[in-house]
Amino acid sequence: MAYFSQQLINAITLGAIYGLIAIGYTMVYGIIGMINFAHGDIFMIGAFISLIGFLICAALGINSAPLAIVLVLLMAMAFTAVYGWAIERTAYRPLRGSFRLAPLISAIGVSILLENYVQLAQGARPKPGGGSIVTGGFTLFSSDGFDVRVTWLQIVIVVVTVVLMAGFTWLIASTSLGRRQRACEQDMKMASLLGVNVDRTISLTFVMGAALAAVAGMLFLMYYGVVDFFIGFLAGIKAFTAAVLGGIGSLPGAMLGGLAIGLIEVFWAGYFSSEYKDVAVFAILVLVLIFRPSGLLGKPEIEKV
Amino acid sequence: MLEVRGIATFYGAIQALHGVDLDVAKGEIVTLIGANGAGKSTLLMTICGSPRARSGSVKLEGRDITALPTHEIVRLGVAQVPEGRRIFPRMTVFENLQMGATLVDPTHFQRDLDRVFAMFPRLAERREQRGGTLSGGEQQMLAIGRALMSRPRLLLLDEPSLGLAPLIVRQIFEAIRRIAREEGVTIFLVEQNAFHALRLADRGYVLVNGRVLMNGTGKELLANPEVRAAYLEGGHA
Ligand SMILES: Nc1ncnc2c1ncn2[C@@H]1O[C@H](COP(=O)(O)OP(=O)(O)OP(=O)(O)O)[C@@H](O)[C@H]1O
Ligand SMILES: [Mg+2]
Repeated sequence: MAYFSQQLINAITLGAIYGLIAIGYTMVYGIIGMINFAHGDIFMIGAFISLIGFLICAALGINSAPLAIVLVLLMAMAFTAVYGWAIERTAYRPLRGSFRLAPLISAIGVSILLENYVQLAQGARPKPGGGSIVTGGFTLFSSDGFDVRVTWLQIVIVVVTVVLMAGFTWLIASTSLGRRQRACEQDMKMASLLGVNVDRTISLTFVMGAALAAVAGMLFLMYYGVVDFFIGFLAGIKAFTAAVLGGIGSLPGAMLGGLAIGLIEVFWAGYFSSEYKDVAVFAILVLVLIFRPSGLLGKPEIEKV
Repeated sequence: MLEVRGIATFYGAIQALHGVDLDVAKGEIVTLIGANGAGKSTLLMTICGSPRARSGSVKLEGRDITALPTHEIVRLGVAQVPEGRRIFPRMTVFENLQMGATLVDPTHFQRDLDRVFAMFPRLAERREQRGGTLSGGEQQMLAIGRALMSRPRLLLLDEPSLGLAPLIVRQIFEAIRRIAREEGVTIFLVEQNAFHALRLADRGYVLVNGRVLMNGTGKELLANPEVRAAYLEGGHA
């Protein structure tokens, strides 16, 4: 029971990070029907910018952890937002209206470019940092001589994620911007006939997805205390799996899928073998694609249009 | 109000419009009739810049809008009730109407909404229902209501009576008449239902294979034997 509870806590933490990344995949897919394979690398860049941010805070003598986190968060979101915007502008928008695979190939190109660029700029070796911003924790309960521990950092991760997801859900459901995004998703031409600037709305979608990936990047850095140029690849594919599992295009689906992937990965590692945890995750992807391609919360296409 | 000169529109290599000229004066109801595939919908969409005309020009109140992006044209006071209604299926009736008001100062919203609900009480009853689950007639009312929410000066309607029962058709045409006569909105109405359309309209144009073949007042066209043979016989006459 204690071991199970501990795994559950770890799984929720990891699932939160995957969920944040998955939102970017699902939103972009929703609006332009494309898998943005460079999104995982945006997450990686977010983690690197956070690392730099924490170093700057340390150099400036900012010792308050909450203040440092907020500053770094804003900085990481701002920078990755610019990346997200620029990538859409240069690599995807010119290809809109060409054949379906073109932007996909372009996305893979952008992904390789970003990885190599960071490798050149930051070196290939893993860089430590960010792991000592929030430390400590407490014992939730003990049984069978096993302490179930929750770290403060885990609480920070889950709280930040829940707050952002709630805010984001509200934004999409109830604001004018969110409504414009949903309108573009459902019928781009009609949206433009009502005065929506479709190009700008698509840009904003990339910007928002990138900003959330930056948050995930910062939380990842604080959790693992180390980054390298390659972390975006695996985390990206797992978050993508989460988005597909939840039902690509669905916002709650991305969150649920993230949680599910966190659970699968952690429990597989905890009970079977940690070497094959990634295999377990991708086996799930294959099974979902075969048996339920629209995912857990995928849209049933019953509407008459 | 609207001046179309020599518009030619292509889909790839296929030419859908071959130099169309027409005018709609302020406050008028003008109708365009024509058979399936004549290019009626293409003309309405070309006025809105999507697809763009390859040659010719579209002027709105003297201003050349041929090269403007669609959302800029809409900003100048053009609203379209497009072919197939294009209701946002996963948005509620209310949200669809909010989308109509995208460019409008929010202080007008409540009053405009009340006006639309007064015109189509059915929409008020179904306020929270999702657009995709509305009946065809309700969708048409919503499409018109949504267009009105943008406070248009020129309203383009593409076959608003298509697929609707006679009673609803009459309601829709009555609504169009009121929009024009009571609210002073200029109307350009594309219809297959030539009888209703020509009776309502001040003037009409007949489009055949991407060209304007005839034009005249509604009465003249209704009385024209060619028009009767092609668009009215077996219908209501
Ligand atoms: N997206 C498109 N791609 C290629 N050809 C098109 C496209 N849209 C319309 N066309 C062609 O252009 C011509 C005019 O079509 P349009 O839809 O404007 O006709 P219409 O007068 O509105 O007909 P209907 O009364 O059936 O709605 C048709 O021959 C049609 O096949
Ligand atoms: Mg048509």
